[in-house]
Amino acid sequence: MKRKLNVNRNSAVSYSIVIALYIALSIMSASGLLGRKYSSLLVPVCCYIVAAIGLNMNVGISGELNLGQAGFMSLGAFTAVIVAGALNFHGITAPALVLLICIICGTLVAGFLGWLMSIPVLKLEGDYLAIVTLAFGQIIVNIINNVYLGIDENGLHFSFVNNTLQMQPDGSVLISGPMGATGVKTASNFTAGFLLVLISLIVVYHIMYSRNGRAIMACRDNRIAASTVGINAVAEKTLAFVVSAALGGAAGALYGMNYSSFAATKFDFNLSILILVYVVLGGLGNMTGTIIATTLLVVLPEMLRFLSIYRMLIYAVVLIVIMIVTNNQAIRMKLKALRKGKAGNGSGKGASVNG
Amino acid sequence: MQFLSYLISGLGLGSVYAIMALGYSMVYGIAKMLNFAHGDIIMVGAYVAFFAISGAGMPPAVAILLSILACTVLGVVIERLAYKPLREASSLAVLITAIGVSYFLENGALILWGADSKFFPSNIFPQGGLTVGSLTISWLTIITIAVCCIIMILLMLFVGRTNTGRAMRACSEDKGAATLMGINVNAIISLTFAIGSGLAAVAAVLLASTYPSISPTLGAMPGIKAFTAAVLGGIGSIPGAFLGGLLLGVIENLSKAYISQQLSDAIVFGVLVVILLIKPAGLLGRKVSEKV
Repeated sequence: MKRKLNVNRNSAVSYSIVIALYIALSIMSASGLLGRKYSSLLVPVCCYIVAAIGLNMNVGISGELNLGQAGFMSLGAFTAVIVAGALNFHGITAPALVLLICIICGTLVAGFLGWLMSIPVLKLEGDYLAIVTLAFGQIIVNIINNVYLGIDENGLHFSFVNNTLQMQPDGSVLISGPMGATGVKTASNFTAGFLLVLISLIVVYHIMYSRNGRAIMACRDNRIAASTVGINAVAEKTLAFVVSAALGGAAGALYGMNYSSFAATKFDFNLSILILVYVVLGGLGNMTGTIIATTLLVVLPEMLRFLSIYRMLIYAVVLIVIMIVTNNQAIRMKLKALRKGKAGNGSGKGASVNG
Repeated sequence: MQFLSYLISGLGLGSVYAIMALGYSMVYGIAKMLNFAHGDIIMVGAYVAFFAISGAGMPPAVAILLSILACTVLGVVIERLAYKPLREASSLAVLITAIGVSYFLENGALILWGADSKFFPSNIFPQGGLTVGSLTISWLTIITIAVCCIIMILLMLFVGRTNTGRAMRACSEDKGAATLMGINVNAIISLTFAIGSGLAAVAAVLLASTYPSISPTLGAMPGIKAFTAAVLGGIGSIPGAFLGGLLLGVIENLSKAYISQQLSDAIVFGVLVVILLIKPAGLLGRKVSEKV
């Protein structure tokens, strides 16, 4: 690394919150204080946080709406399944090593496809750009949903039609179409999730507070003005898009290695939207907010379980009310007046996308 | 002949998409928001029609009117409660709110009507079809296409020729200036939501008659497709939504018939990507046609 790591007030707060949360949750989990229900949420929360941090890079910092983050997650998850299957087949089973290789591969594959996609996607603007990311997300999931893939001594077997894999008897099926990945040897754990969150934070902050990061934000705020001072808007936006996709892939790989089986339809449009909700509620461009919002919103439905069938209804109402309270001009003015009464303590710098 | 029959049933499906896309497109034109709850309004419309016919034993015509009324009221109420407080907010905030509304409607339906799918009555439209040579076109397809054309022509006349329509176009161009000209912008936005939601009910009855199994998630996928159709045609444009819907339906049906049943979604969205690359503002984007 050429430059020194940038640690300023914003990123220091993020790092300390993540580390504090990790220590607290690890102790609670180890001592059984957390209960099985919440312990099982630890890794998924890490996945969603990583995916949301990545998406925030694109939506918050670069200002381009992306409705296909789940597509990149599915790329990461299924790449991880294939790589893990191949490694296991060749006798490499140490969970930490397998997980590390899987996450790296998932990140690379999602990042590469993100780069390929960014070429057409970034030619468009606004809602048209958003709909193309939605389209790509749908295409990825639709294709993976029809892939059959297995491994045996002759290597990988791949087919779009069931029962045509023609495997040797010692082979094993890794992905079977709509059933998704089957027989995955799980390798994820909370510590790995925590490390991945920390690494993504370091990557994102490193970019945010670099020359590139400032250029990306300048393009977001005024593309024409940024271009006139010699910033290559497409190149900067591509960087944000690829980093976003790669982090989505990393999150997906972690997710894939956490379950013994999962289907491609898990990564549908609803998941993309869910992660977008985390990002918007956490605050555009605000990574600490994203982490807190993701954690709360993953835990909230579990905490509302006592409401049984009314749970998701209440969740929806909470979501709408939060959006109205935090975005309505009149309510915001009132809140501001209230806060002014308590002397002028500078409220957190809420990053905004644009007017 | 086979090809022609796939083409025509594709046009039928496309007409349903087109009617839904009109709702998306009009709301986008006026309120500049992606109303993700539109698909769920369609779901509510289908359930209202279902209960009116199968539960209360109403004649189909009355049930359809009731469904249109219910959806219109629902659309206006949603706009008042959820979207109106966010008139000045960023479009992303409104988008998330719309997603919240969508969750609310889906889960409300789940609680009220259960998760199991219900069978939509098939007696609304005449059975059988029109036979020309060796080609048989079902009455439902003919009626769907006809209804779609009528709706589009009426909407174009309404938006193009009436004072209210003129006011709508003014709001879509510039809300501030429209207010100065004495246009009640809030009323126009409510009216737009009312029309869009009423159309959703029409689409709901046609969709449920084509695919008779209805469930609380019925609107999700057609909603995304219709939204895609609206963008394909150039969002905000009425003929664009019509054209986009028809095109999407035909592409989906033909790719299902000739390429792959499973991969049809990937093909549809792939075509969307290609078209947007060639025409970045959709087929009939803002330069060519009027924005509503």
